[in-house]
Amino acid sequence: MVDIDLSMVNWARAQFALTAMYHWIFVPLTLGLSFLCAFFESIYVRTGDKQWRAITKFWMTLFGINFAIGVATGIILEFEFGTNWSNYSWIVGDIFGAPLAIEGIFAFFLEATFFAVMFFGWHRVSKGFHLFSTWMVAIGSNLSAVWILVANGWMQNPVGMIFNPETARFEMNSFSEVVFNPVAVSKFVHTSSSGFLFASLFVLTISCWYLIKGRHIQMAKKSIVVASVFGLLSSSFVAFTGDESAYEVAQKQPMKLAAIEGLYKGQTKAPIEAGILNHDKKPGDDQDPFIVKVKIPFLLSLLANRSLNSFVPGIDDLVYGNKEQNIEGVASKINKGKAAINDLALFKQARKEKNSQKADLALADFRKNQEYMGYGYLNTPEEAVPPVAIPYYAFHIMVTLGSFFPVLFAVFLFYAVKGSLTQQKWLLPIGLISGLLGLIAQQSGWVVAEVGRQPWAINGLLPVKMATTNLSAVNVQITFFMFLGLFTILLAAEITIMLKQISIGPEGGSLK
Amino acid sequence: MTFKNYTTPIKSIHTIYTFYRDGFRGMVLGKKLWTIILIKLFVMFVVLKLFFFPNYLNKNFQTDEEKGNFVLEQITANASKSQSK
Repeated sequence: MVDIDLSMVNWARAQFALTAMYHWIFVPLTLGLSFLCAFFESIYVRTGDKQWRAITKFWMTLFGINFAIGVATGIILEFEFGTNWSNYSWIVGDIFGAPLAIEGIFAFFLEATFFAVMFFGWHRVSKGFHLFSTWMVAIGSNLSAVWILVANGWMQNPVGMIFNPETARFEMNSFSEVVFNPVAVSKFVHTSSSGFLFASLFVLTISCWYLIKGRHIQMAKKSIVVASVFGLLSSSFVAFTGDESAYEVAQKQPMKLAAIEGLYKGQTKAPIEAGILNHDKKPGDDQDPFIVKVKIPFLLSLLANRSLNSFVPGIDDLVYGNKEQNIEGVASKINKGKAAINDLALFKQARKEKNSQKADLALADFRKNQEYMGYGYLNTPEEAVPPVAIPYYAFHIMVTLGSFFPVLFAVFLFYAVKGSLTQQKWLLPIGLISGLLGLIAQQSGWVVAEVGRQPWAINGLLPVKMATTNLSAVNVQITFFMFLGLFTILLAAEITIMLKQISIGPEGGSLK
Repeated sequence: MTFKNYTTPIKSIHTIYTFYRDGFRGMVLGKKLWTIILIKLFVMFVVLKLFFFPNYLNKNFQTDEEKGNFVLEQITANASKSQSK
């Protein structure tokens, strides 16, 4: 039996989470700020007003700083795959190869090519070509995100592949199924629009700072109008795509939905219940999941299944089964998973002995249960439950902030159009901290997505504990703290350079 | 391509070359950012990748077959000692 060092698994997990969370500070700002720069420049080209050119150059400079500091931070995730997650990276290599290669090509040709024109091209190329380049950078950045999210969507809902027992790899048999995986599609639109929202909050934050300080007032007001319109549209779209994303989770990852809703006992006409979780609550016991709660009748059934009277399974139904609702329990899936692993071992042995008849028989048996393979690595049914409190609270933070942002943008837009923004002394400090709130919402979203799918690296097929390399925890601990140091330095550099540029203001000109 | 003064392919290549050359020469804040990027890439690819993040399978196995067999061994290890068939 292979000894799995759980502390190594946890350190590898923590390191991946740390890297991804740092990376995700830079990325959403790139996704959204690139479009905001394109909007500012489009207004400049259309109106010919030099103030819009100064505004464009100012935000483009901050975009450039963020891009420069953030570029390649995601590559570290790929290093981690090869070192800490070697089983996983081998098993999914055939699936992830194509999307990540396409991402690299897009990133290089669309971003890198036009990026230079965007920053070096003022006065050297025509206005139209410069604007075209700015739009290409925005579109290219966002198209790059498609492929990463296709890969992530596949982990949440593995489709378009077959497991090859000879190579121990999932091999893609339908590129279109992988790309148009409904989880990947909803994840892309939700994630990219949340980046637009975050960048709009970033513009709002800095503009409010100028208004509070009484500096660059015209630039700040004009920036707020554009950011509020874009932010209002984006935040409304985020709410819409978030609903679609939750529907996909309900259909493809019901355990994640149950965890983020704190739902233990499934119900028809299920209400949404929210409040403070009872941390002593365990699957299968009779305790109330909440200490304090509010309840909205029918809403969870409606959100999860688009039907008021539908049944939404809870954690207990999914773990222990529910015959009435035809839900298979985890214990039964564990048995099938163990059978699949045994058949895989028999197949391997038969191939070694060059006994093709025995190998074919083992393979046919393996195929019967292969969809449950991941469950065969679980020791108890309860192991299939994610740590409920983390995704539950992260989800509720995200939703609360996500509901607040459209209101915030609408209020800013109202006063900006009315021309009395500077008189709203109560509003500006809220705008000032809105960027931080946006960052919290962004990070919470990823916590929901990734902690909510535990214990799986690939949903139902490979648990995290089987995805790692058999290394000692010390190796991962050392690199964890190295990354912590490196990323903190990078973040400090970004903040320092940005603050300096913000303090200079639009007269600093373009990034040179 | 709408670079100013574009007339022939050779002139176009020259225009692109001078465009990048002048762009890089004229950098102020950009120089600081490029310095950060280069240091970062050095730390990532030379220090971290070489000394701390070897690719485990590439380092320990030569062929894809060996890598596949190793991973197969890992994911069936629990089963192989309790085969019921």
